[in-house]
Amino acid sequence: MGEVYPVETAVADTQPAHHYPPYVSSIARSPRMPLVLLPETRTERTGPVFGHGLIRERDNDLTAQHADDPLGERIFVHGRVLDEDGRPVPRALVEVWQANAAGRYRHKVDTHDAPLDPNFTGTGRTLTDDNGYYFFKTIKPGPYPWGNHHNAWRPAHIHFSLFGAGILSRLVTQMYFPGDPLQPLDPIFNSIPNEAARMRLISSLDMNRAEPNYALAYAFDIVLRGHGDTPFEGNR
Amino acid sequence: MATRRKLVPSGSQTVGPYFSIGLERLIDDAPKGTAATVEICGKVLDRDGAPVPDAMLEFWSTAKDGATGASTEGFPTGFRRSATDADGRFSVRIERPSAVAFEAGTAQAPHLLVLLFARGLLRHLISRVYFEDEPGNAFDPVLLAVPPERRYTLIARQRETQGGSYLWDVVLQGHAETVFFAW
Repeated sequence: MGEVYPVETAVADTQPAHHYPPYVSSIARSPRMPLVLLPETRTERTGPVFGHGLIRERDNDLTAQHADDPLGERIFVHGRVLDEDGRPVPRALVEVWQANAAGRYRHKVDTHDAPLDPNFTGTGRTLTDDNGYYFFKTIKPGPYPWGNHHNAWRPAHIHFSLFGAGILSRLVTQMYFPGDPLQPLDPIFNSIPNEAARMRLISSLDMNRAEPNYALAYAFDIVLRGHGDTPFEGNR
Repeated sequence: MATRRKLVPSGSQTVGPYFSIGLERLIDDAPKGTAATVEICGKVLDRDGAPVPDAMLEFWSTAKDGATGASTEGFPTGFRRSATDADGRFSVRIERPSAVAFEAGTAQAPHLLVLLFARGLLRHLISRVYFEDEPGNAFDPVLLAVPPERRYTLIARQRETQGGSYLWDVVLQGHAETVFFAW
């Protein structure tokens, strides 16, 4: 067989199309020419390995990055990062960013008329453990308006960025909350055609992990493309 | 033989306009050590030639010996992140890649894999960048898989005044659209 075989492309309809007109920003920014099938070479099979030196002590506690507690509903967000065979992905870099409880990002481009919280930056990072497990403590983000269409509001969400084994396992996604009535109205959420795949972006309330009189918990497992083989075993 | 997968990969969603608050920690980290470096500068443009001021590019090159060991700072070699500015410009300095082994006795020309994220991209885009002064480009198996009239979109041009500095623009859509790979 040699070293080259086609990169597995995504399962039909479980990923969004590049061009999805209901999400207006995709219209002028998505490629229209045919995508080229990339042979999977050593470049694609390998990927950056991030060390624990990159993570500071409170990077996974978004409520402890300032002098006082941020306003809002304190929550735990946790889960496992798995490969397509269901095996845990250890040492996956997980980066998150989110709006504050009022629906405002600490970003110069965000002009939404909602207050910033001096005690909330809204960013975190961690590495999964040997079982592929990650854990964040944060506050529940608020929904916010955006300019996609008249009276458009994003459902509450937390952005997730992940690196697994090999650069092709890279994933950026968003985690949603159960029972949010804005989800069926949101073109970004709806860009995933397959309903089951779409619903997997909604976390589940996890009363087993909630802490009485302190915080609710939401569980969110993430599946990365590819398999957990060590990236270099195919070298010859 | 492909084996049946048990789980379907999670759906991709756009990074949106505010990614820098979460991802800036890894942006523009200067290369450490003494390895030769290369600089790549360019612009990201949309269908109308308008600059894309909220894009993020990630560059990856595998080491010659396959090593990707994390440095003591926890930051891997061969990986860089760069965000575009208000004019859609990015700039990155990274270890100069070397040829990468391919099938028996052959090699790929030096290149970087590029992942592109932006508001408007529901899935990230995958591309590659090659260097115009590398003779191996003529035999590179991935470049040869690209339609000949589009190969130029993957080849960075050397800047005359500065050695080791290259120009590479990314066009998201249109007649000069950059080649992107399927995933």
